[in-house]
Amino acid sequence: MHKFDTNVQHLKYKVLREVARLSWADELLENILDIPNRIITDKKPTVRCCVYKEKAIVAERVKIAMSGNKLNPNVIEVIETACDECPMGGYEVTNACRGCLAHRCMDACKFGAISFDKNHVACIDKSKCKECGACAKVCPYTAIISRRRPCENACKIKAISMNEEKAAAIDNSKCIACGACVYQCPFGAIMDKSYIIDAIDIIKKSESNTKYKVYAVVAPSISSQFRYAKLGQVITGLKELGFHTVVEAALGADMVADSESKELVEKGFLTSSCCPAFVQYIEKNFPELLPHVSHNLSPMATIAKYLKDNDKGCKVIFIGPCTAKKAEVQKESVKPYVDVAMTFEELQAMFDSKDIDISTLSESFLENASYFGRIFARSGGLADAVAQGIREHGDTEFELKACSCDGIEECKIALMKKSKNVLDANFIEGMACVGGCIGGAGCLTHGDRNKSEVDKYGREAFEKTIGDAISVLK
Amino acid sequence: MKVTVCIGSSCHIKGSRQVVEQLQYLISDANLDDKVELGGTFCMGKCQKGVCVTIDDKFFSVTPETTKEFFTENILNKVK
Repeated sequence: MHKFDTNVQHLKYKVLREVARLSWADELLENILDIPNRIITDKKPTVRCCVYKEKAIVAERVKIAMSGNKLNPNVIEVIETACDECPMGGYEVTNACRGCLAHRCMDACKFGAISFDKNHVACIDKSKCKECGACAKVCPYTAIISRRRPCENACKIKAISMNEEKAAAIDNSKCIACGACVYQCPFGAIMDKSYIIDAIDIIKKSESNTKYKVYAVVAPSISSQFRYAKLGQVITGLKELGFHTVVEAALGADMVADSESKELVEKGFLTSSCCPAFVQYIEKNFPELLPHVSHNLSPMATIAKYLKDNDKGCKVIFIGPCTAKKAEVQKESVKPYVDVAMTFEELQAMFDSKDIDISTLSESFLENASYFGRIFARSGGLADAVAQGIREHGDTEFELKACSCDGIEECKIALMKKSKNVLDANFIEGMACVGGCIGGAGCLTHGDRNKSEVDKYGREAFEKTIGDAISVLK
Repeated sequence: MKVTVCIGSSCHIKGSRQVVEQLQYLISDANLDDKVELGGTFCMGKCQKGVCVTIDDKFFSVTPETTKEFFTENILNKVK
């Protein structure tokens, strides 16, 4: 299995594939209770205490694969029975501590939480420890480790805590739906809701695109995914699934770069609006900065709006690396344009639900956007595109000072500085995922190569400038 | 008169941008802006015949080289 990074993704994929397979055949309701039996076929448990618990958890996964708990507005959901209730010890001293003379750990601790026992081994007083990690950083033997839960560790905005039953709980008032916890939980206890049955329904009811046309809008990070096949084969696969045609979200990015660069010159300061998790973060934590958020719709919504304006009644399904896009399409401002948002993980499940082996297909073209629209997929790309937009408009007097924030922690720092008026930049590019969209939770695979794949895809673009790419739209 | 040029991937590679740009110029040069509505679409399903163009649902296969001829024959002469 080389399609995924982890077994968690693989299990989730198997559930999605089964739900999709039954959806295509209109047999989902009759067979829904049988899905856990089809997926857990071993007589002995592989992770949990017994196969019955494993099946019960799969049943919960089926629910989430079918758009989950409707009463919970968040698109990210915890499966409480799947949460292994990991210990939460905070910082602990391991037996690697040699009881040295230097005591750097004690000096580093600003809270006086470190003392030494009769064997000169360091001890942490939990009542004083603030979990800052300063002691762990300075120990020359790396003897102090963090025993924080992987989900809490992944959630840099501290939206995850433990409930009374010791299971993970998401604070919806803080969560930005970035999906970091989904990707990081080693037990797969947090999942993003899936709307693939809605996508399948839309495709089926189009009656081979005769009732209305169904457009697939794909994010540029697709160039770093489905590595076992060529991008052109993925595009053919999408058409085999029943999409009328495939359009690059990167063309929407070109449109955004064009208007955002104008908006920036006009207003003098701007934060980007492409990343829905970043925008949600501002809404929830820095509402006073909202007037500075670019008024542009995201690239996805921008190109979807164009499609809907020019082909009345058509349907648009977005496919990307992002779980937060699923929340974005529920916003009143985006709802009219995008019918369903799904991830690359879900697309793989959809291909396999129809037994489409994309590696055997012929190649189709995907050629709408410029280099600059395409590099939106990686950190720094948006700022480069805005700089290009300013150049193309001939606004030579305007000096762009971009602050590209790679991951939500960097976003937080930049926004904090801006709110105190000490940020030395006039444009904040905010990307909640580290690396940009290529680090998104809905990617099949993550890795260092993804950035170079996106850059390569960018360089291969037929159109070299933003202006040329969008000239056909006027 | 509604003229629609395919700007989907396949036609894009065959030069739909050049076709659109030429038509934009030719239409405004002939003062036909209020009579001819130029629009774009993504894929007409006849990718082999690109660049695909329709005039009020009638199909034409155009290239950047034949755009001027196409314009004179099917737009300029018909609209007058």
